[in-house]
Amino acid sequence: MNKVLILWAPMLLSLLLMAGCTSTPTSEAGAEVSEQSTGADGADGASGGEAATSAASQGGEWYGDPLENPNSLLATRVIYFDFDQSTVRSDYLDVIQAHADYLAANPQVVVRLEGHADEKGTREYNLGLGENRANAVRNLMLAQGVSDNQLVVVSYGEERPAAFEHNDESWALNRRVELIY
Amino acid sequence: MKKNIFILLVLLLWQPLLHAELTIEITEGVEGALPIAVSPFAWQGKGSPPEDIAAVINADLQRSGRFKTLPREDMLARPGTVEEIEFKDWRALDVENLVVGQIQSNGAGGYQIQFQLLDVFRGEQLTGYSIPTTAPNLRSTAHRIADLIYEKLLGVPGAFSTRVAYITSVKQPEGETRIDLNIADADGYNPETIVSSSEPLMSPAWSPDGLKIAYVSFEGGRSAIYVQEVYTGKRQKVTAYKGINGAPAWSPDGRKLAMTLSKDGNPDIFVYDLITRKLQPIARHYAIDTEPAWSPDGRSIVFTSDRGGKPQIYRVSAFGGKAQRITFQNSYNARASFSPDGEMLTLVTREEGKYRIAVQDLESGVMQVLSQGSLDESPSFAPNGSMVIYASKAGYRGVLAAVSVDGRVRQRLALQEGDVREPVWSPIKQ
Repeated sequence: MNKVLILWAPMLLSLLLMAGCTSTPTSEAGAEVSEQSTGADGADGASGGEAATSAASQGGEWYGDPLENPNSLLATRVIYFDFDQSTVRSDYLDVIQAHADYLAANPQVVVRLEGHADEKGTREYNLGLGENRANAVRNLMLAQGVSDNQLVVVSYGEERPAAFEHNDESWALNRRVELIY
Repeated sequence: MKKNIFILLVLLLWQPLLHAELTIEITEGVEGALPIAVSPFAWQGKGSPPEDIAAVINADLQRSGRFKTLPREDMLARPGTVEEIEFKDWRALDVENLVVGQIQSNGAGGYQIQFQLLDVFRGEQLTGYSIPTTAPNLRSTAHRIADLIYEKLLGVPGAFSTRVAYITSVKQPEGETRIDLNIADADGYNPETIVSSSEPLMSPAWSPDGLKIAYVSFEGGRSAIYVQEVYTGKRQKVTAYKGINGAPAWSPDGRKLAMTLSKDGNPDIFVYDLITRKLQPIARHYAIDTEPAWSPDGRSIVFTSDRGGKPQIYRVSAFGGKAQRITFQNSYNARASFSPDGEMLTLVTREEGKYRIAVQDLESGVMQVLSQGSLDESPSFAPNGSMVIYASKAGYRGVLAAVSVDGRVRQRLALQEGDVREPVWSPIKQ
């Protein structure tokens, strides 16, 4: 476990640094960290320390579909956004790069980019905001050489929340783009 | 034992129907509301009367917040005809207006209802009607009588005979969420589900004749605008372009729908002619343009746009052209719609981080915040302009609320379970 922590430390550190610039630091960074560590813990528990080690070296030891590798950046399928923003935060750029590389290498694969918003503000405006977020991810992927017909954008606005409380933590989890392969 | 299980099963099966019931409570009334008494209607027939007409009228008048109704137990007598009235008794109770009536079977399975509205101090009749009706329409006839009383005493038409459309979202035992588009009488009775889906439904809008509802459905995993006939259930897919198909709004003549489409890359306002099926761009900008609403004269459209950085309300000719910003107070104003007389807008505004319902006078530009929640949304005027209905949160649940335009009367409409949202009042029946 110690080993895992050390290996993840740079990632955690960068997340914490990023968190310093966001409006709801604890909630958004917290959500992300827990998601990542679940993946690492799962691999650790299932197949011993080896899987965790290979994760640190860019998931190079994974045999099979890279999409299934729980330790690769491709395992991150949700990109979170700041309040009222549709600009991709810099801490997600390498995640999007990884997905874009995968899609460029696999031109037959189509991904659905589902944009979402928190419940604050009006429903139809939030539909627009969700679409802007999905398009922000789409544009970055296009710039990385992904073909237009591999990307399907759908906005659900605030209609499909991932978290149901009426507080900052839930709102942070709902401002998102989901990548659905 | 077997019988008990059967009963339990029946109860479980009935559950979803019960959930759809709306209950209304008045949370704040007007001081100096008009004192009125509605005496139980005399039933001229066998057995008990088929419906307590007086109770329905009484509840309508009371719910409006404009009337102080006299409880039945405080009545000294319960006259069914004018001849039976002792006016001095009612004067002693400070009742200014009294309603008496009779209901009788007319033989052919129908009923005849007569009522009279009386000025207690003058001892004279203000209005009176005899209305034929049928068993399933007894409540709606009672609402019509309440409308007539309201209009006679307050000078504006009542909105009790109207219906309200709304969206409900109820988590199912299997973990799925069921989204329904429902309509109910304005007093919450007779709820009916007209569309049911496991995918989001949103933005219901009544046609001006009250016979159709336009809405957005995500069935099939993407948005499309549908128009459905309320009483036949027949529906038509109007637009299903790539991207957003949202925010349908009927033109006052019922011929066109304004809507939001993002088919060209970002949300813009279009007007779709339902007869020629032609699409005309009205407001195009690389920002978000959405939530169009027509002025009652059909000449202009207001919409939400963040072209200036933050969402604000803009006004444009219904044929397109240059849009002008019309909201300047607060940094977030969205989803505006007109009052029936065209003089006011109701909208969502953000004030100190809270999303609240406001009205803005179009001539003076003065905005007045009406609601008190922190996540209030989807405001629209009652068809007589007296109230604004909107969606709010009570604890974890979505509830509907209504507030009078002067902010003095407040009502809350809640479902027994699940969320209720996006209320829209139907037009007044012609």
